[in-house]
Formats: sequence, structure tokens, C-alpha cells
Amino acid sequence: MVTSDEFYKFLKAKGINFFTGVPDSTFKEVFRLLEQDVATTYIPAVSEDVAIGLAVGGRLGGQFPMVLMQNSGLGVSINALASLATLYKVPILLMIGWRGYQGKDAPEHLIMGESMLNLLQDIGVPYEVLEAESVYDDTERAIAQMETHSIPVALIIRKGILA
Amino acid sequence: MITRSEAIACTLSEITDELVVVANGMISREAFTHHDREANFYMIGSMGLACPIGLGVATAQPHRRVVVLDGDGNVLMNMGTLAMVGELHPANLVHIVFDNEVYGSTGGQRSISDHVRLDKIAGAAGYAQVVRLESTEALRPTVADMLKQDGPSFLLVKVGPENVSGIARVSYPPEIITERFMRAASNQ
Repeated sequence: MVTSDEFYKFLKAKGINFFTGVPDSTFKEVFRLLEQDVATTYIPAVSEDVAIGLAVGGRLGGQFPMVLMQNSGLGVSINALASLATLYKVPILLMIGWRGYQGKDAPEHLIMGESMLNLLQDIGVPYEVLEAESVYDDTERAIAQMETHSIPVALIIRKGILA
Repeated sequence: MITRSEAIACTLSEITDELVVVANGMISREAFTHHDREANFYMIGSMGLACPIGLGVATAQPHRRVVVLDGDGNVLMNMGTLAMVGELHPANLVHIVFDNEVYGSTGGQRSISDHVRLDKIAGAAGYAQVVRLESTEALRPTVADMLKQDGPSFLLVKVGPENVSGIARVSYPPEIITERFMRAASNQ
């Protein structure tokens, strides 16, 4: 199983150098690494749509951005994805924690947990649901799709996928 | 009171090689009409995100001066961004807000900035320089000064609520706006 530390190093090795977002407990270890890594840009955002705006600005300025969020933040981000990142063809990588997966979570996560993949599909944001045995391949595929089509692409991460 | 259209024309006449992010609605249309250039990023949708985009560009390109042309409705929509600017404290960011106290692009419905001092909020959030202007004489010299001084700087310009006629829509497709801006941003 891939550890958070290994996955974070992999993301940086792929060239990601501009991180922003709002925390999720699904990958809280990645946030700990971001907060400790003074050599890498990490901008804690006040909301997920603001994080999309920051990431678009980062990309316009020549960086390779990633936005981390819980899927509750996807609801906040729909317009930023639809009328900014996708519309303007700005490639950014999203990392979204899948709360409410299979209906097993606190009540506030259940509707979004059920709807998330359909919402992404409806607004034209491709996604890869990461599997424990193929985390690196899944991520490579997402990055390739992002670069080929010059659009945002999401990595969906469930609890327990990263050690 | 000065019109927003005049205030935007005056502001852009001081711009040289700065990267400029322009809020949606009439602000983008007026900037496009008065002073179109590759280094203008016209944000046609995503209201509230002009300052986050500008903050992202300013972080990615710390040696370039970045100017955000914003409106009161946009700032009110994402006021938490002011706190992020205060905390990150980018010296190269100039945030100019044209405050007409209404949603000008949708028919002039009132915003609440007649009762909310956005300039004081920016100061409390930690902007290094804050200036509020209610008349036109000082606009050009204030903009010129902010383009030279270390920021982050916040300029609130009170403007009239009316829209002037003859202002075109931004004619570039969004992906062309991206290409132009990225080209301008990569030319040091």
C-alpha cells in the first residue's frame, strides 16, 4: 500500500509545485506534509471555490497546481469549475476526499457522497477513483488526461486508500 | 461623481507591463473597450474569484506586479480572500475596487457596500496600504504610486452607479484569453 508520504513525493516528482485547498480528514496526513514542507508553495484557502481561483491563477503564472478538498467542497466549487477552470481550459489537478462513500458516513455527507461522480460528469470534469493497488497508474492517467485536454481532472480518494 | 468607465480608463492609462486580472461584468467590458492588451485576464464568469486568481498569479510570479480590477459585489461575495491577502502579504499585488454600491451588470440592484467599509476591512485584514478615494483628482497619482510601492495595496474608488453606453462585450473566446495572458505572463 502506498503511504501518504510516498504519494506526496510522487505528486511533487510529477511536477506539482503549487498546492492549495481546504482540509479533509481522508488525507489529513498529506496536509501535515504540506504544512511541514517549507520548500513547496501551499496556500490554505478559506473556501474551495477560492482555491480553484488560486489554482487557476497559479497555472496562468506558469505553475502546476493541485487543489485538495473534501467532496462537500465540490458543491462550493461547481461554478468555479464550470465557468472558470473548464471554460478557460486551465489544467489543474483536483484531489477530492470521497465522504459518504456507500452511504457509510455522517448524515451531512450522504447526499454528496451519492451524487459526486454524476456532478463531476455533468460539468465535464473527468475523474479517476484511486484504487489501493494502482494509485500511481491512476494518477498518471489523470495527469495525462488533464494535459491532453487542458482541463481540470479529479483524483477521488476514499478512506484507507493511502496508508 | 466619476463614472466607473472613466475610473477604469484612468487606472489603465497608468498600466505598463503589469499583469491585470479583471472582474466579471461591466468591469471586464470597460477594461476591454478602453485598454485591451494581452496581459489583461478578463474573468467573464466565476463572480467573486478575481482576487483569488490575482493572488494565485502574484504567488506564482513574485517578480511581476499583479493588479486586480474588482467590484464591490465581487469583494463582498468572497470577503475571506481579503484575509488570505493579509496573511500571505504579497508585496506585488495591487487590489483596486470600483465601488458603485450596486450590481451594475444585472440592473443596478443594491449591494450592501453603502453600509460596509470595504477599505477598513482590507486594512484590518492586513493589507500594507489602503486608500479610499471619493473624487477623481487623486486617482492617477494614487494608482501610479501603488504600482511602485510594496503592497499588498488596496484602493477603493467610489464611482457612480450608472452604466455608460457603447461598451462592447469581450470578444475573445475564454481559451484565447488564457493563451494571451499566459504568453504575457511568461515574457519577463
